[in-house]
Amino acid sequence: MKKKILSLIAVAACAISMIGCGSSSNATSGSSSASGSKSSGTSQVAAIKKKGTINWVTNAEFEPFEYKDGNKIIGIDAEIAQAIADDLGVKLNVNDIAFDSCVPAVSTGKDDFCAAGLTDTPDREKNVDFTNSYFNASQAIVVTKDSKISSRSDLNGKTVGVQQGTTGDTYCTNEKGENDIKVNEVKRYNKPMDAVSDLIAGRIDAVVIDNFPAEKLVSKNSGKIKKLDEALSEEKYAIAVPKGSDLKDEINKVLKKLESDGTLDKINSKYIKTE
Amino acid sequence: MSFFATIGQHLYDDFVVEGRYMYILQGLGNTVVITIFALILGLALGVISSIINVFYANGKRGPLMRVLKVIVSIYITVIRGTPTVVQLMIMYFVILTSGSPLVIAILAFGINSGAYVSEVFRSGIQSVDYGQTEAGRSLGLSANQTMFKIVLPQAIKNVTPAIFNEFITLLKETSVSGYVGIQDLTKGGDIIRSITYDAFTPLLLVAGIYLVIVIGLTQIQHVVERRLQKSDRH
Repeated sequence: MKKKILSLIAVAACAISMIGCGSSSNATSGSSSASGSKSSGTSQVAAIKKKGTINWVTNAEFEPFEYKDGNKIIGIDAEIAQAIADDLGVKLNVNDIAFDSCVPAVSTGKDDFCAAGLTDTPDREKNVDFTNSYFNASQAIVVTKDSKISSRSDLNGKTVGVQQGTTGDTYCTNEKGENDIKVNEVKRYNKPMDAVSDLIAGRIDAVVIDNFPAEKLVSKNSGKIKKLDEALSEEKYAIAVPKGSDLKDEINKVLKKLESDGTLDKINSKYIKTE
Repeated sequence: MSFFATIGQHLYDDFVVEGRYMYILQGLGNTVVITIFALILGLALGVISSIINVFYANGKRGPLMRVLKVIVSIYITVIRGTPTVVQLMIMYFVILTSGSPLVIAILAFGINSGAYVSEVFRSGIQSVDYGQTEAGRSLGLSANQTMFKIVLPQAIKNVTPAIFNEFITLLKETSVSGYVGIQDLTKGGDIIRSITYDAFTPLLLVAGIYLVIVIGLTQIQHVVERRLQKSDRH
């Protein structure tokens, strides 16, 4: 019995000390790896050029920004990522993981940048740096065709489905209670498609997801669901890089070039058909 | 920041701010509820299927028995042959498209557990000396009476460790409930992780809670086994 208690205490002590190590390295890994690399003279950009490949992390279930077509991942973010790789003269390597793991992947330096229809938020800025924004987006509300919900204020007191870790999730969870919309319950799914499945099955009242993916989901399930005209909130997409990295300026240069020579507009209209 | 201050800060951010510990608490409640009811369902299904298998093996081959045996064989083969997560998702997205997610999870995990419990019980029953069955029948008891009053109680003693094993496995299997949007203990940790971007603290705490529950279950198992063994020595 005494041995058991002693061993339990030892396990707890190890676990607690791991928390200290893990979190302190997490908190400083962004700045320490960047400042470490700065002081040792190699910038992230130089490291990437030396490697010959750049790692783009995303969640390829987000039409029209990144989605699978056969074996390839295509979309607006895919074309921008390729432009960044071309500008640096390296090969583009894409890692397709869960959306809420994307920011940690960049902040720990596992991947070089994240373009995933990712919104620039103050919470995320604690962990990563964001480039200039390249897309004005909004959070849309999707409901069933015969739903009584017709405006964003109707969401009050309803059960809403979101994708885990998205700004829709944060807005509806409403931790600080600052948002004007107070939903009854937030159900968090791994992917938008699962939330839409449950919406059609009647388990939730509405789905909150980014505007253009919402349109794609509605067109794939036409007849059963519709998107409200009124958006829930507005936001801007940007690309995330590790804190203090010089990759940010490089990507900003690429984005500026794409905007000024009209390529960005062409990319957008290729994937988003305006009615 | 001193070492302990960092831990303290993280524990505070992850669990105290905005009452985030509620995600863990609610998750724990859901996990325990699913586990207990799934275990009851699994035990019921497992015992019934194992008895059918044993009767069939011992020679009872009437038409009803043949049909039951086929059903049980398909049940065990299919359930043991597919991953639990896939079964859960099929149950949730394909078979029962409406209905409370919690009930669906209990059904899916219970049915899953039943297939494994069935095999465990079958081995437990068959390890009871056949002499017991012979003695029971020769005393004039029917096959059913022999099974339920003589063989099964002895089989339970044999399978107690394996059943507790199944209980523990079931508890940890429920951690995939998040795939269908159920907020269990693991998902609670996930939610905190995606709010605070701190991976370590929520994950370690969630793992620690599972560990504590399993240690508690193991203690109960020791007590139960000791009580059951009292009849073996005089």
